[in-house]
Amino acid sequence: MPEELGFFFLLLSNGVLYGLMYALIALGFVLVYKATDAVNFAQGEFVMIAGLVVALALGAAGAPLWVAIVLGLASMIAFGFALERVVLRKLIGRPVIAVVMATIGLASILRGVGPTFFGAGTKSLPLPISDEPFVIGPLFLPPIQLLGAAVSIVFIAGFGGFFLWSRKGIAMRAVADNQQVAMAMGINVERYFGLAWAMTGIVSALGGVIWGNLVGVDVNLSLVGFKVFPVVILGGLDSIPGAVVGGLIVGIVENIAAGYLDPYVGGGTKDFAPYVLMIVALMVRPYGIFGKKIIERI
Amino acid sequence: MFHRESGVLKTTYEADMALYPLPIARWTVGALAVLFFGVLPLALDQYYLSLANLVWIAVIGALGLNILVGYTGQVSIGHGAFMSVGAYTAANLAIRLGSPWPVNLVAGGLMAALVGAVVGIPSVRIKGLYLAIATLAGQLIIEWTINHVTFISGGVQASIDVPRPRLGPLVLSSQRQMYFFLLVFVVLAIVGTLNLVRSRVGRAFIAIRDQDIAAEIIGIDIFRYKLLAFAISSFYAGVTGVLYTYYLGIANYEQFQIGVSIDYLAMIIIGGLGSVLGSIFGAIFVTLLPIGIRYAMEAFGGLFFAPQTVLNLIPNLRLMMFGALIIFFLIVEPEGLNRLWRNIRNYFRIWPFAY
Repeated sequence: MPEELGFFFLLLSNGVLYGLMYALIALGFVLVYKATDAVNFAQGEFVMIAGLVVALALGAAGAPLWVAIVLGLASMIAFGFALERVVLRKLIGRPVIAVVMATIGLASILRGVGPTFFGAGTKSLPLPISDEPFVIGPLFLPPIQLLGAAVSIVFIAGFGGFFLWSRKGIAMRAVADNQQVAMAMGINVERYFGLAWAMTGIVSALGGVIWGNLVGVDVNLSLVGFKVFPVVILGGLDSIPGAVVGGLIVGIVENIAAGYLDPYVGGGTKDFAPYVLMIVALMVRPYGIFGKKIIERI
Repeated sequence: MFHRESGVLKTTYEADMALYPLPIARWTVGALAVLFFGVLPLALDQYYLSLANLVWIAVIGALGLNILVGYTGQVSIGHGAFMSVGAYTAANLAIRLGSPWPVNLVAGGLMAALVGAVVGIPSVRIKGLYLAIATLAGQLIIEWTINHVTFISGGVQASIDVPRPRLGPLVLSSQRQMYFFLLVFVVLAIVGTLNLVRSRVGRAFIAIRDQDIAAEIIGIDIFRYKLLAFAISSFYAGVTGVLYTYYLGIANYEQFQIGVSIDYLAMIIIGGLGSVLGSIFGAIFVTLLPIGIRYAMEAFGGLFFAPQTVLNLIPNLRLMMFGALIIFFLIVEPEGLNRLWRNIRNYFRIWPFAY
């Protein structure tokens, strides 16, 4: 295989793996938007807090890995329920800017809470898997990224199945479709709102473990949240398959753009390219590839 | 502002929209002018004047953002970047052409207005959340561009030194001189906004905020007016950026990152959306909050924590207080400090009677 093509495939495989890991984070955003029409600008901070909890349980408390992960999941579920009850339930029916600003405020709080209560230094989050990448031809596949992609696929499939077949999932879709009708059918809408935030908590905890292992756990872990917006806009804000497709597009585009353009523009293409793509998507197809088109009536 | 009316006695639309609802309002404005132009600059020392100057800069930016978010109902998370556009336009003109500050100020404002209108183009098709994300993309793309294009940013540090503004032979350099310089623009911005929102354009903005499809049906060209709102608002932002650059003596993109956009959004939310007075209250509140926290921690933090812990705690405490206040105001008092002020006024209007 010529070297050029090998380089391309390396970037492509990297993009696919990163894309699936972005999809995991974006899934948290989509779950909340789908069920409650609320947007979560604090998604990255959720991931950071989950990573901090797990890293602290592993490092300072010396807990075994499974205990730490269970602890992370449990605390994020509790956090999701509490957040919905204390903040977001009060903002139902208010303009979009209110919810946007509330979650931005929450992001600010969490960014202050992280270093204050968990310590400011970068913590490692060791997982019992090797650092040696699998080398297949020109491809380098680090095990952690493969694990992240696998976790992402499993959970996306899991949540997809949950929405399609389970009783709670069907109720949640009803809530997403029309809250008043759902309420009239005897569905406890507020409880499903809480459940949606708790599910975001689960996804964030998993994202925190994977991304925390990959980049280390400190305040900067929350920057992964900035990648969520291009992913969900491209895929469609309320679509689970959209999160995967959007994640793959963003992962592949940013890796290929960075591989070919970075030498010419002096770096940073990775953070820049997805947003350019997103602007184009907003102009052409604002509701995303799989999102439902909003028809407005007066 | 401080007077007590005896009732609503207006019989014409002109009377309802007048800037001075009662003759006594002129005296209030006169008294405020004496306070801010005469008493404060003489009474305050260098440090407090520097705080006042930061507040004045923030007031202009907050007024501009409130025109867009509060009056027109379009969200923007990109105002920090629009400020940087103004700042770098002015700095480049000042360095490359040596043009005087009034030219740079207007050019910076116009350039920001142009960029703001371009970023606002998606607002024609999308709104709410989508627009918020689109303007966020605008912020990140402008930040990246300024940081990476050396023609704009002037090299690796991405910062440009600008000369102090001159008035004839006088070089404005002390805090007191800058105070008067900035206060003039604050007055212009306040009067401009008050007049804008009671004009035909302002009423169109408010109609678009309340229901944009209905506004279009009654004959408002929403494409034009939405872009106009973005342009006017970004013009204010650009002027804010230019003034901040002249105040600091340096244009640096780190002064205009996404956190700044969020600070300004917090100002108008805490102050009150769709209110001139609220923008001013919010700008004062958010600008002075970190300073208040620092004072409080330096005074009382030592009682509970070690000195080093206090130093580490201050920036994080600021983040937490800031976020908590945004959420508090959104839940408890969505109309912000302006509403609290009105409640106080309404209480005293009928005082000493209960109703």
